[in-house]
Amino acid sequence: MRKTLLSVCNVGMRFGGLVALSDVSFDVQEGSIHSVIGPNGAGKTTVFNCITQNLRPTSGEVWFGDERIDGLKPDGVAARGISRTYQNIRLFRNITAIENLLVGMHLHLRSNWWGAVLNTPFTRADERAAHDEALELLQFVGLRGRGDVLARNLAYGEQRRLEIGRALATRPRLLLLDEPTAGMNPRETSEMMAFVERVRARYEITLLLIEHQMRVVMSMSDRVTVLDHGTKIAEGRPAEVQRDPAVIAAYLGTAAAAHAVPA
Amino acid sequence: MRRIGIGRTGAWVTWRRTALVGLAFGAGALHLAAVGVLLMLHQRWIVIDTLSLGQATVLLLAAGAGAMAARGDGSRWLQGALGGVCAVLPLALLSRAMDALTLQPIFIALSPDLQAMLTLGLPPAAATPALLALGAVAGLVGAGLRAAPRLSRALLPGAVAVLVAGVFQELIQLMLQQYEGPIGAVRDFVYTWEGLTQEGAITVFLVVTLLAQLFGRATQGRVAAMEPARRRQIWAGIALAVIVVLPAVAGSYIGQVLMLVGLYILMGIGLNLEVGLAGLLDLGFVAFFAVGAYTTALLTADAPNALMHLPYWAAMPVSVLLAVCVGVLFGLPVLGVRGDYLAVATMGLGEIVRVIVLSDFGAPLLGGAQGVLHIPKPQLGSYTLSSPVALFYLTLVAAAIAAFIAWRLENSRLGRAWMALRDDEDVAQALGINLVRSKLLAYGLGAAFAGLAGSIFATMLSSVYPSSFQLLISINVLALIIVGGMGSLPGVILGSVVLIGLPELLREFGEYRYLFYGAVLVVMMRLRPEGLWPSDVRQRELHAGDETAALDAGADLLPARE
Repeated sequence: MRKTLLSVCNVGMRFGGLVALSDVSFDVQEGSIHSVIGPNGAGKTTVFNCITQNLRPTSGEVWFGDERIDGLKPDGVAARGISRTYQNIRLFRNITAIENLLVGMHLHLRSNWWGAVLNTPFTRADERAAHDEALELLQFVGLRGRGDVLARNLAYGEQRRLEIGRALATRPRLLLLDEPTAGMNPRETSEMMAFVERVRARYEITLLLIEHQMRVVMSMSDRVTVLDHGTKIAEGRPAEVQRDPAVIAAYLGTAAAAHAVPA
Repeated sequence: MRRIGIGRTGAWVTWRRTALVGLAFGAGALHLAAVGVLLMLHQRWIVIDTLSLGQATVLLLAAGAGAMAARGDGSRWLQGALGGVCAVLPLALLSRAMDALTLQPIFIALSPDLQAMLTLGLPPAAATPALLALGAVAGLVGAGLRAAPRLSRALLPGAVAVLVAGVFQELIQLMLQQYEGPIGAVRDFVYTWEGLTQEGAITVFLVVTLLAQLFGRATQGRVAAMEPARRRQIWAGIALAVIVVLPAVAGSYIGQVLMLVGLYILMGIGLNLEVGLAGLLDLGFVAFFAVGAYTTALLTADAPNALMHLPYWAAMPVSVLLAVCVGVLFGLPVLGVRGDYLAVATMGLGEIVRVIVLSDFGAPLLGGAQGVLHIPKPQLGSYTLSSPVALFYLTLVAAAIAAFIAWRLENSRLGRAWMALRDDEDVAQALGINLVRSKLLAYGLGAAFAGLAGSIFATMLSSVYPSSFQLLISINVLALIIVGGMGSLPGVILGSVVLIGLPELLREFGEYRYLFYGAVLVVMMRLRPEGLWPSDVRQRELHAGDETAALDAGADLLPARE
């Protein structure tokens, strides 16, 4: 039995009168790929925001390892080993690709500002190590030779990979990917899937994935959680979830679900 | 038949465009005339009894219109002439209107003197055709210069030299005043009391043109062969040499102007950390300047309300430190405020400082509206830095140190965190950047430079008054950063020279300074929103070419994570 890395317990999120999430619970096992799916507006990204504390959940608890992380600040969550990407790519557009990676390493650099002003040997060593690591990460995300390009000038697929690279630069134990294949054609999608597999193999991290493309979800996930209207309607292995009438109803409507069940 | 129709339409479009370009320049000329700038410029000779600055401005506008207009596919010469005519047409109409109506009660600048300038001293019937003809000729010249770039490149240096020699004649004469002998003779030949002589102008033009022909070609080739980065370095080196040497030879007036430029550079470097790097739009920046100035004043002044009588060098670090503290305190209440709201909030905080100084509550300590007087000059051993030139060098050293610190910070972990903050605050935080710490460091370090500038400012003026710390200073500093290029150190220097130095040198413009400011800002935002000298994209990956090879060879030896 694998260890639970992340545990979302009865999390609710309301904005005034609007209930975005109610009573959502699921566990993510260490080393697994766990997907969160659901129709548009189901609350998938809200779950991510509640985990990283970009939003503070209005009820429930979030546990990471043995520590409760709801109520921390986002930078505290990052320091504990959770990193994420965004549905609409959010790179630092006006700095270069390699600088984006270096910003991601912020947590692991120890130099401070007066060390930088005096250019102390410690700062120099720190910067050199960071630079080496950034170059290596650049290579890994397939952007070698593009490091000095401003992030906003990179191609779409490159931006996606750079964003994942930046998330990896924080050396997370859990990586949250918000629709990594959004806006990609089938070939690009396959490449991205292979890339995500490589990320897992190399960094041995746990992945929590929001995904729309069923092909991706079904072939990659160890476990799937399905949300609809802010509540969890199903959870299980991909094949189980696929057959679940509630899921089919949520995606295709109740008539289709009624039709599908006998089959 | 249809083709002719299309051709006509095409010609019509071209001519209409030509006329519109000309009229746009004409509108500019009309505006200058209506606000009084044109007449003011007219009162200054470039070449005595031949060409005033005002006339030169009108002719340059017409020539510019001609050059801009002459790019269609039709007859360039005709387009140039039409452009030039259209550029002076509004002035000609204005002149006619002033004959018929009394406009001066409405626009006080439309005076008989302006009318005299526009009619060129001719009777009304001859004046309008003469003005339009001049416009046409200027437009033709503009078109010609555009059509023959080599010719214009040959003539341009001479023309610019005459213009500079004429516009800055007061300054140059001031500089040359001290010399006798051959230099004095040259001065007397080239200049009279209030402008270039005719022979002088021709001589300057010929000499500069000749020199440009002799040396220009060779240098041009060599400059073109250089890498852009190297070229910039050389330009920066020349600029630096001029800045260092000029005040020593040019005397105290230039020293004073450059010192002011230096103070603004110091503040610009500070605000650049906040606005350019960290993206924190701060309109209360003058508060830190005021804190630095008042701290120095209260610690050193020979005044009844002074707290101590420290030497300047002891008061300066205290001023900087106190400015940092105020910067951090200042940052606390606005930590969660972003963007436009931050600008408004900081503006309020900046005003609070000024109001406190003016208030009855602060008056016993800070002197109220009377300020603090008798601030001593800094001593260096037995030498007192009392002259503007000596104080300029103090400012220069301070600015150099500030620039160095800012440059190191920019390329550090903190600098990257600031830039991340500027681009996307939420994401920066999600990557583990502590917003509170980073923002307060930006406010604190930015305030340090402003405090230093304030401290020097206090000893420069020997007195401080609350009226010196208006919101306008914050806006000036912000404007020079924007004009220079957000986040760019050389941009800060260039911006200070252009926005602070030039208006000081052209003292007649004093009154119209903010008019020019506005115009410059609008034009900059339209044509070059990234600033005069935008910040470089740092080359980090390629910079480490030698390390790259090693990395490629030993990629597997380096673990991704420990």
